[in-house]
Amino acid sequence: QDTQEKDKTIPPERAEEAKLKAKYPNLGQKPGGSDFLMKRLQKGQKYFDSGDYNMAKAKMKNKQLPSAGPDKNLVTGDHIPTPQDLPQRKSSLVTSKLAG
Amino acid sequence: FLGAGGGNDIQWCFSQVKGAVDDDVAEADIISTVEFNHSGELLATGDKGGRVVIFQQEQENKTQSHSRGEYNVYSTFQSHEPEFDYLKSLEIEEKINKIRWLPQKNAAQFLLSTNDKTIKLWKISERDKRPEGYNLKEEDGRYRDPTTVTTLRVPVFRPMDLMVEASPRRIFANAHTYHINSISINSDYETYLSADDLRINLWHLEITDRSFNIVDIKPANMEELTEVITAAEFHPNSCSTFVYSSSKGTIRLCDMRASALCDRHSKLFEEPEDPSNRSFFSEIISSISDVKFSHSGRYMMTRDYLSVKIWDLNMENRPVETYQVHEYLRSKLCSLYENDCIFDKFECCWNGSDRQVEFFSLIVMTGSYNNFFRMFDRNTKRDITLEASRENNKPRTVLKPRKVCASGKRKKDEISVDSLDFNKKILHTAWHPKENIIAVATTNNLYIFQDKMN
Repeated sequence: QDTQEKDKTIPPERAEEAKLKAKYPNLGQKPGGSDFLMKRLQKGQKYFDSGDYNMAKAKMKNKQLPSAGPDKNLVTGDHIPTPQDLPQRKSSLVTSKLAG
Repeated sequence: FLGAGGGNDIQWCFSQVKGAVDDDVAEADIISTVEFNHSGELLATGDKGGRVVIFQQEQENKTQSHSRGEYNVYSTFQSHEPEFDYLKSLEIEEKINKIRWLPQKNAAQFLLSTNDKTIKLWKISERDKRPEGYNLKEEDGRYRDPTTVTTLRVPVFRPMDLMVEASPRRIFANAHTYHINSISINSDYETYLSADDLRINLWHLEITDRSFNIVDIKPANMEELTEVITAAEFHPNSCSTFVYSSSKGTIRLCDMRASALCDRHSKLFEEPEDPSNRSFFSEIISSISDVKFSHSGRYMMTRDYLSVKIWDLNMENRPVETYQVHEYLRSKLCSLYENDCIFDKFECCWNGSDRQVEFFSLIVMTGSYNNFFRMFDRNTKRDITLEASRENNKPRTVLKPRKVCASGKRKKDEISVDSLDFNKKILHTAWHPKENIIAVATTNNLYIFQDKMN
């Protein structure tokens, strides 16, 4: 009840919105909309070009390959991913613990 | 009579818990769907590792009339495996998004399971006898020396230990560019729909190389995209009617008799928004994560981030009832956005229908955080919060209701909002179609609760 009296004029949602905008002033003007949706539609996208990879491997046999950037999932363009950079597919061909 | 008085008059007791005890949860073990079959005898779970585990209810023990049959493992199999679409550079998760059972037609059981891209029809059958005494083969399968075969021997079936086999009978692939969120079997039991973010397809269970597109909301210019499909379901009785919900909080009802492509809805259900309350979060929290028709098909219920709404199909402009699941989270939206919890997709379900009172959907169940789940009684308007935890482990001990203290002084036994564990979410729950037995999935455990029988 105390909190309600304090924010009598500001609905809790708006107060939270103000908090968020204070932390991230560059947050998109469009609330909720396209950015989220596009991100959602692109789930699972991994950029890997086997052609680039193999050419680079052939050319740069003796050179040190550039190291992976902080975000290993967004690999595209100049950066040639190495096998270590590619996320490992976890094998789940083990029986579920629910059946154990 | 089912729930005379409803949610609070049913005394829920712990029955069983399945899964590992350890806190270190492997990603593959995260439960992603839970579904009873039409009789309630079988209970299926799907997980992030693409595996399906089916539990079977034991036959009721006539001497122990105080407890219903327990659920034990019946079958488990790998339904989907991880794939990589090299052409599109797309990683396809093996996570089972939904399982839907077909009604039983013969000795075998059939279910549909789907990941983001491919739906599979699985046949689960029992084998309890095998042929023995082959004429030309030894018992171990080796062929006998033909010169030693002097008499004719006809094989006979002999009993063997029960074996339950799961085999994929149909693979419905390559029909979805985007991620499948729903499958729903039609009341004609011959067709079913599958819905992804932008399209809904109609399939015939027997035909895998063709699918009809019945809804397409992809804009010509993707920059104009404003909403996606979040869930879809066929009407329980009318085989030409289905609904789909959106990320903007609307539900559209479509009739397939109206046109081949149901891009124009027959009904649009939308609650008018209070413009003074609009914020950055409004659209995100209005996104519908689940839609379920009532047993009669007269009503449907939707789940958005903070509430459950009941809609009367005859009234499009607002829901007839709204139940707050965890309203205290409204003043935590900033941090819930930062930790992505605001995008959690909670499901909801109705109570089972009693044989005598077949079409009454009286109680709503849905999950929350801190391994809490909620039930709302439509008749009495009472609600209850319960917890799925190993600490309440004693069978036939009634679960103690929980209470969250939103603000101010916390009473004894209450838990404050800031102490809630947002990693412990109950997204999937299921209610036995005929009895007061519920299955509640925490991150990697499956809890079964039942009504305390006198």
